[in-house]
Amino acid sequence: MRFLEEFRDPVLAEAIVARIAGLVTRPWVLMEVCGGQTHAIIRHGIDQLLPDSVELIHGPGCPVCVTPVACIDEALELSRRQDVIFATFADMLRVPGSDTDLLACKAMGGDVRTVYSPLDAVQLARENPGREVVFFAVGFETTAPVNALSVVQARASSVDNFSLLVSQVRVPPAIEAIAGSPGNRVQAFLAAGHVCAVMGYREYEAVARRLDVPVVVTGFEPLDVLLGIEAALAQLERGEARVENQYARCVDRDGNREAQHLMKQVFRETGQSWRGLGRLEASGLQLQGCYANFDAREKFALPAVPSREAGECLAGDVLTGRIRPYECPRFGRECTPDSPLGATMVSGEGACAAYYRYRRNAGAHRA
Amino acid sequence: MCLAIPGRVIRISGDGLERQALVRFGDVERVVNLCLTPEAATDDYVIVHVGCAIRVLDQEEAQRALSLLHELASMERGHALS
Repeated sequence: MRFLEEFRDPVLAEAIVARIAGLVTRPWVLMEVCGGQTHAIIRHGIDQLLPDSVELIHGPGCPVCVTPVACIDEALELSRRQDVIFATFADMLRVPGSDTDLLACKAMGGDVRTVYSPLDAVQLARENPGREVVFFAVGFETTAPVNALSVVQARASSVDNFSLLVSQVRVPPAIEAIAGSPGNRVQAFLAAGHVCAVMGYREYEAVARRLDVPVVVTGFEPLDVLLGIEAALAQLERGEARVENQYARCVDRDGNREAQHLMKQVFRETGQSWRGLGRLEASGLQLQGCYANFDAREKFALPAVPSREAGECLAGDVLTGRIRPYECPRFGRECTPDSPLGATMVSGEGACAAYYRYRRNAGAHRA
Repeated sequence: MCLAIPGRVIRISGDGLERQALVRFGDVERVVNLCLTPEAATDDYVIVHVGCAIRVLDQEEAQRALSLLHELASMERGHALS
């Protein structure tokens, strides 16, 4: 497909790899924030093309992976209700809650439906006026404007049997939390291209200044990821720490103002719990104003569930780069994509699932 | 989850919250909401995420990036031969 395949050209990739090899004079640690980039890196073996002194840590940028167990439990409770059609992206079906997952709830008779878009869930509500349709609004800033559009559409066409179970997360507070945490090893960040397509990168300029780290906005194809890595390493070698945009075909400084306007209308920032990072101020979104009555937590008076994580899953350590997926004693044994102990093994973009899929039989993990 | 792919706008219809387009991705065509990209026109490439165009792809920037890379690759080849 046009504007995809050109950015997978192996000859051009080799040229960037050669330039990176000539650039690096000492060890550096980079973090790609986005799960889509983690997937691209492991799938194409990009980490194995880099000098040994360059380490990539896989960040928390997979909304499926950072959704807290308490929120999955809320989804499970809603999906058990007779009057509810629970609509969700397919990635959420296998994420374990405290005692089960959405797929098992569906097998037990829960009306759980997989949709491609939040807008399809609004349509489902139009077609089922006697039922309540709840959409599991999980995602980063890329998805937030579309989730916002779903309630704007529902309100405009008086579809009042529609609501959102919101677990939206924002990237900049997570980057700040990781870079500012004691024992942090990350020296530069690759920022998520499609989050920035929506939000622009002004917010990252303050982050780069405050924390003295290079932030490079990067896309998802192999050449995009390599160019992002090269730009971050070049800054580190020169002692710079600024925001650089390596994904100019999709991102500019201001982002998509239309989308931002819609998000501001519908959501306000709120504290949010992240699996592995804990609760971060202003890192989540909540429905506000005239859209507050589309909040499933309010509508169904869901009790506040205390947050708890499965003790045997080390997703938190993986998401913050403290361990590699294969360093977990349960990786590939008790924990596989068919029987996941945690979300990083469920989501196609989770670091554990990516290693399981592409590196399980390779036998040669980089130290 | 932030997967978003470029497709070419074939035909635009509707307006306001229901403004949408038929978008072609390789051999597949899909209806995509255009609310968030009011500037999108026929033959533009849009970046589509969960049923919605979130951005019009800047074709000039894409070409510029690729030309720089081709230049780099021929320079690297030159180094290898010299």
